[in-house]
Amino acid sequence: MSDTGIGASVKRREDDRFLTGRGHYTDDISLPHQTWAYFVRSPHAHARIRSIDTAAARKAPGVVAVFTGDDLAADEIGGLPCGWQVTDKHGEPMKEPAHPPLAQGKVRYVGDHVAVVIAESAWQARDAAEMVDVDYEMLPAVVSVDDAVKSDAARVHDDLDDNVCYVWEIGEKADTDAAFDKADHVTTLDLVNNRLIPNAIEPRAALANYSAGDDAYTLYTTSQNPHVTRLLMSAFVLNLPEHKVRVVSPDVGGGFGSKIFHYAEEAVLTWATRKVGRPVKWTADRAESFLCDAHGRDHVTRAELAMDKDGTFLGMRVRTRANMGAYLSTFAPSICSILYGTLLAGQYATPAIHCEVTAVFSNTAPVDAYRGAGRPEATYVVERLVSEAARELGMDQAEIRRRNFIPKDAFPYDTPVGLSYDTGDYEATLDAAMRQAQVDGFEKRRQEALSRGRYRGLGYSTYIEACGLAPSAMAGQLGARAGLYEAGEIRFHPTGSVTVFTGSHSHGQGHETTFAQVVSERLGIPIENVEVVHGDTDRIPFGMGTYGSRSIAVGGSALMKALDKVIEKGRKIAAHQLEAAVEDIEYDDGVYRVSGTDKQLTMPEVAFSAYVPHNYPLETLEPGLDESAFYDPTNFTYPAGSHICEVEVDPETGRVQVVNFVAVDDFGNVINPMIVEGQVHGGLAQGIGQALLENCQYDPESGQLVTGSYMDYTMPRADDLPTFEVDTRCTPCTSNPLGVKGCGEAGAIGAPPAVINAILDALAPLGVSRLDMPATPARVWHAIRTASSGKAA
Amino acid sequence: MGISISLTVNGRPVSAEVEPRTLLVQFLRETLGLTGTHIGCDTSQCGACTIHLDGRAVKSCSLLAADADGAEVTTIEGIASDGELHPMQAAFKEYHGLQCGFCTPGMVMSAIDLVQRYPGASDEVIRRQLEGNYCRCTGYQNIVRAVKAGAEAMEG
Repeated sequence: MSDTGIGASVKRREDDRFLTGRGHYTDDISLPHQTWAYFVRSPHAHARIRSIDTAAARKAPGVVAVFTGDDLAADEIGGLPCGWQVTDKHGEPMKEPAHPPLAQGKVRYVGDHVAVVIAESAWQARDAAEMVDVDYEMLPAVVSVDDAVKSDAARVHDDLDDNVCYVWEIGEKADTDAAFDKADHVTTLDLVNNRLIPNAIEPRAALANYSAGDDAYTLYTTSQNPHVTRLLMSAFVLNLPEHKVRVVSPDVGGGFGSKIFHYAEEAVLTWATRKVGRPVKWTADRAESFLCDAHGRDHVTRAELAMDKDGTFLGMRVRTRANMGAYLSTFAPSICSILYGTLLAGQYATPAIHCEVTAVFSNTAPVDAYRGAGRPEATYVVERLVSEAARELGMDQAEIRRRNFIPKDAFPYDTPVGLSYDTGDYEATLDAAMRQAQVDGFEKRRQEALSRGRYRGLGYSTYIEACGLAPSAMAGQLGARAGLYEAGEIRFHPTGSVTVFTGSHSHGQGHETTFAQVVSERLGIPIENVEVVHGDTDRIPFGMGTYGSRSIAVGGSALMKALDKVIEKGRKIAAHQLEAAVEDIEYDDGVYRVSGTDKQLTMPEVAFSAYVPHNYPLETLEPGLDESAFYDPTNFTYPAGSHICEVEVDPETGRVQVVNFVAVDDFGNVINPMIVEGQVHGGLAQGIGQALLENCQYDPESGQLVTGSYMDYTMPRADDLPTFEVDTRCTPCTSNPLGVKGCGEAGAIGAPPAVINAILDALAPLGVSRLDMPATPARVWHAIRTASSGKAA
Repeated sequence: MGISISLTVNGRPVSAEVEPRTLLVQFLRETLGLTGTHIGCDTSQCGACTIHLDGRAVKSCSLLAADADGAEVTTIEGIASDGELHPMQAAFKEYHGLQCGFCTPGMVMSAIDLVQRYPGASDEVIRRQLEGNYCRCTGYQNIVRAVKAGAEAMEG
């Protein structure tokens, strides 16, 4: 291994610009003569718009234009499309109500887009927005999934019979029911997966510019997948020719899923720039981010696990209600179905699983993918069930897992919920995690804590995730309206340096470093001679972007495929230059050799030759060295790991302290261990945040967002989190050329049940058996008091 | 009507007329084009806009540009010298204390001030002193390592 190749902790090349304040985030970009947009948003969760009076706003200082939904309708602007169509259990398509970029007739959540004011300055736009007079007829709001399905619930969409988007199922119901019939023991849990607000620290922003001279549009936007935004916006919303629209996602300050989606502001700005004939810029303030970025999670679930008397799993039954919010965001319908139900086997050989999901509309912000996206929700169900089952059966937490693990010689393994796991060694990761967590000494630590009046607990989570989204054929069968391949291009320059173009997008992941490691190693050239370009539809061939821990597995594989083409082309060039047969040319580590001789050419020499083809047989050898590839995976990848959390609870205050958190993950091959470790840290912080701190709350009556600022929504801070102990194990992925699985979401998937299981383990002596996330001091204290007063906890 | 202000930014004298409600962070970003200082919230919690005002770390969203009249301001663009990263910047790179980079300028400016106020700070002190700077990417662990290493380098 070289010190810059695959497996090396190369320091990140993007850091220099970020550390010196020279990053280029969307809000850092300004264009000459630009105007500023400010959106008038609904103050009500549900209301009919009687009228909108924009006259005063239009006359306000600096105002250039004011637009409402009527103006968009007059130009026949379409609604925001949904990229995934889920088919319900009766074979019917999901309900897909219109999602106008600016409200038409009704507003359906606090923050819904009503009008846009465009002015010379941001202040003037904001001031004038307050003068837009909207006459609302208030309507009853529905917030929770349980309220949304009631027969007398307010209807979010007038053209639907109820608030149900779909009822979807997966797995064999009859087999599962039969498993429950013969079970010796059934564990049942009612679970809430708390709603979260993603909170990338960079708020969303956009800057649109129409160039009349070439009749073309440029949109700078905070997107994780600029090509997808261009496709959706040009083809479905604005009816613009795709080749006349350029979407640029420059440096993006974190996404966590929330910047995957095509948002109303992007379409409105791109439409408006032509209307006003000037660039239009918008940057969300944090309050808007809270209101309008797609939220995550928000499930209510009843889950049951059937076992024999030895704790062997026989079947699992899951009933979930999932909140879609007011409209279907880009990927929303797939998150709580495809990416959730398929993961319910976890690491276990449960023979029969049936899951039914009811997705509902409500008067809340749209809900879509947030770090992990469906898989944390599934893992929370499975791992809470397994730990509760162990408690009920009096079994050891590790033992019940080992008893039910898919054994390492059983791969490839087909689950009863549609996936085929390629590799794994779950015992090995659990063993490693238990050693690292010093499980052997835990009872002693528990007793020591008790002597101080504190309760210690140990919580396990042995999770699996499906990453590397996704085989297009499979995704298509499951309702995806797009393919989920990735594209990449390797362009040699005549002097031997390389520009890499990738359809993946880096918004913190460090692709400019990791992708360069892969390319430099494969081509045998110094990493300094490799530049990675991403995030610009005019420069990148195509791209599906970054989400679902897919970048190295799918984007990296696309580069590997393009690299293979470059190397094969180079082989022909080398054969010509060395006057040998192509089949006699060997390639290794950047050097072409004539087999059995000392005749050789280096990769840069071949590249130079490709661009200076003075003696090429042009009918058989084409000049140039520039290859692109599309890679469509043949399977998901299946990262898996064991997380063990140790907590200490103060029964007087209900405060939970995470005293140790161990994560041992199998990500397959690792390109850059430093970056992988950082990804795990970040995921764990968000997972622990969900378990202990974060909770999006709407007022159940008014539908007002109660947690609408950093003063109300608890973000994990430095002093809320422990020092993590992370390590990796490796069973290489068999379905991609790099043997990689992906690491971006593991922490957020594994951590929440580990934390809650640890708290319940700690409080078991006090009789506490029910606890929902986030386990705030108030909730924990209340759970202890309720249990100790003899009531049902 | 504007207010005339004069201050020093990264060692250079600056004079401008600003609208009274202009925040210091807006003045830095929009008037001076110093876009390294970021805006992450509207309630002074996130700390992405942290700069140094007369040598102390301050959230530049929490005061008006007019309040900085006569002050000496240093931003993230002003701490490297002669093309060499400040020891704290170098430590953040060395210990992977940043991912998306958005909170980073504020984090680095806070960290430098922290080191000056708490020489030899423990992990616990660093974590507590950084509670006014949010990072959504790193889980803070590598930031703490970076601050410790940066402190050692600064203290020489």
